[in-house]
Amino acid sequence: MDILPIFSTLRRHKITALLLVLEIALTCAIVCNAVFLISQRLQRTEMASGVAEHELLQVQVANIGKPANGKSRAQEDLALLRQVPGVTAAALVNQVPFTNSSSNTSIKLDPAQKLPTLNATMYMGEGLIASFGARLVAGRDFTADEYLDYDDMRSNPELQNKVGSVVITQALGERLWPGQSALGRNIYMGDTSVRVIGVVQSLIRPSLFMGDDAAQWTMVFPLRLSAASASRYVLRTAPDQRQQVLSEAAKVLRKADPHRIVLKKDTLDDIRGAFFQNDRAMAGILVGVIAALLIVTALGIVGLASFWVAQRRRTIGVRRALGATRRNILNYFQTENFLLATIGIVLGMVLAYGINLFLMTRYELPRLPGMYFPMGAIALWLIGQLAVLGPALRAAAVPPVVATRSV
Amino acid sequence: MFTYYLDLALRSLKRNKALTALMVLALALGIGASMTTLTVLHVLSGDPLPGKSHQLFYPQLDPQDMDGYKPQDEPPEQVSWIDGMALLQARRAHFQALMTGGAVPIQPAQSSIDPFFEDARYTTADFFPMFDVPFLYGQGWNATDDEASAHVAVLTRELNEKLFGGKDSTGQTLRMNDVAFRIVGVLDSWRPTPHFYDLNTGSYSADEGVFVPLATATDLKFARNGSTDCWDKGSSENMKTATCTWLQFWVQLDTPAEATAYREFLLNYSREQKALGHFQRPPNVRLRDVMGWLDYNKVVPSDVHLQVWLAFGFLLVCLVNTVGLMLAKFLRRSGELGVRRALGASRRSLFAQLLVEAGAVGLVGGAGGLLLALLGLWLVRGQPSDYAALAHLDLPMLLATFVAAVMASLLAGLLPAWRACLTPPALQLKSN
Repeated sequence: MDILPIFSTLRRHKITALLLVLEIALTCAIVCNAVFLISQRLQRTEMASGVAEHELLQVQVANIGKPANGKSRAQEDLALLRQVPGVTAAALVNQVPFTNSSSNTSIKLDPAQKLPTLNATMYMGEGLIASFGARLVAGRDFTADEYLDYDDMRSNPELQNKVGSVVITQALGERLWPGQSALGRNIYMGDTSVRVIGVVQSLIRPSLFMGDDAAQWTMVFPLRLSAASASRYVLRTAPDQRQQVLSEAAKVLRKADPHRIVLKKDTLDDIRGAFFQNDRAMAGILVGVIAALLIVTALGIVGLASFWVAQRRRTIGVRRALGATRRNILNYFQTENFLLATIGIVLGMVLAYGINLFLMTRYELPRLPGMYFPMGAIALWLIGQLAVLGPALRAAAVPPVVATRSV
Repeated sequence: MFTYYLDLALRSLKRNKALTALMVLALALGIGASMTTLTVLHVLSGDPLPGKSHQLFYPQLDPQDMDGYKPQDEPPEQVSWIDGMALLQARRAHFQALMTGGAVPIQPAQSSIDPFFEDARYTTADFFPMFDVPFLYGQGWNATDDEASAHVAVLTRELNEKLFGGKDSTGQTLRMNDVAFRIVGVLDSWRPTPHFYDLNTGSYSADEGVFVPLATATDLKFARNGSTDCWDKGSSENMKTATCTWLQFWVQLDTPAEATAYREFLLNYSREQKALGHFQRPPNVRLRDVMGWLDYNKVVPSDVHLQVWLAFGFLLVCLVNTVGLMLAKFLRRSGELGVRRALGASRRSLFAQLLVEAGAVGLVGGAGGLLLALLGLWLVRGQPSDYAALAHLDLPMLLATFVAAVMASLLAGLLPAWRACLTPPALQLKSN
């Protein structure tokens, strides 16, 4: 295929060709980055929680006035909930994954340390680890006699020193003691210290306000909550029984103490869905923008190619009269588009890299992986070839006799 | 002359309908996307209290111990009960209010409505005059009510609608958390955006439905919403003595001189507290006004900024597309232009004629962009975020859409028009 004649023709349409190249470059750069952003967002929605998500339910209640006896109220509630058909576990906990409400504390590895090591979240509630379905990978869960009453601790801060043990996530252990076992080590919070007795594979913190890297910095304490100090009942059941258990549990709780309000009753799947809804919405917007960009660019190529074909009707006729086949003419326009697209794509890659650098500094995005560059290139080559096909076929259909006619 | 050019432009545009439609569509898409995202940005970064916001300030102090101290750190974003009360009682500003968010169970008198939880604000009397809160019935409580922990409440218009069918409910009794409150006022519609005075409960969240004196709420141990940051011994049953920051404190200072004096007062207060041993860190105070406070907290979600960039990138592609198409179109008419030149038309008038054509495309594109922006905003309102409902086009943005569309298409028409005028008349006539 002769490329030189194409170049000499393009030289006569410098500005138009340049504009087409520029359009392809911009589209290519934006598409590369947008696809990358989409993959980032979708990947985020897949974040592991470490709990049996499809089996968990949360019923949140609120008391009107202070309950007369919070401790016995909680025990009675839990006993009633465990009797609901289908419930395999029930716990009263202070916080639940993906609910955006959490208690957190800064921790140290050495009491003399001036600055805290990091900020981790604090889960509490009797039987929390087993009810959540968090998987222990080292050590053990708390024994029944290890639990202290949270309410007692609130009124008597001295009891804080009696807590003694903690279960942490694998990720937190690895962050605090890289490459070593976390079991038996001490974590300091203010004046108190706790010893790591167990490690769970994963347990996400309820709110990601510290960034996604801190998502697994989680500690679980052996504290028993009361109906006065906690409001979240977590139930575990088979996935297909969730709705039924949920409405039954709300009824049971209201009946046991009518002087309270059921604030929320949701499956953990729904809570998770709501937590990531902004990411999904953003991914949707990006898909829309990519589609619109590719369509506009494709239509632009169609428009310009049609013009060129119309403008060169006579030249095409002459070429045909001099012996060029229809295929030659078709190939000519396809090659021309391929050349312009290639120049545009090369420019687009540089631009894509630039945009990524800008996003990295402004929005703390990671570097654009190399695999996105060929993806953008292929997309634009395809779009270009598809768009030029129509006008090129029209060009190929120009009969040689056109050469003999003057306008 | 203009009408003649317009006539020529319309004829030319009609001659190639598909191409004209393509140019208009590309322009409309670009303008529509940009206007949608700009409107969202405009709404979210707006001034919650225009005309007043520069007189409202948010004092910050650093009462923490030396644990974790870094000299360059910002002071905590809220105040403790002890400091908040001290600043409140010092009365150094025109108005001052100490507050926190919360939620209370409301027990309606009529049995037809089940008890429900309502977001609440526990604050002090100056809240209402300081923020220019409009009242439909009655008024806010006064400083005496604050001191006496009076059982008084102010409802929003929406809650009054729900509980009392919109009638004047002042003087009536409302049971909340098993306690009877006397309603002293009902607000008119009021939703400052962003929710600047407490960003802990969501920057754009709908406002609370009921207002109760802070002292009353703390005495009755009403549930709090918001964040608590503690140091040393930390939180305990009694939040009044806890070494925690959990309250927002706002002041109104009418002149820059008053603001300077108030900053000095904050520094002196910090020095005094340090001398007394209550504070340990060196004095570290801030006094930001409303917009400064919103800026510092970066209230506009970064996704919104990202969407604006994305839309402008899209607009740029659409513009380049339109420039290319217009250039091709104008150059193709070199023959016609050559004839006009040969008949005595100046370059300037040809240029004007072509720009009128470009402007016509811009006008139609702008109208299309406006429709698309309305559609885009409707889609935004369907989104899950808490600011979604606020996305509405206002008059300035509407005008901006049109100006932007016409400017963009004139800009897109400049290069092609200039290029097309350059061809000498003789050459064009000869080649035909």
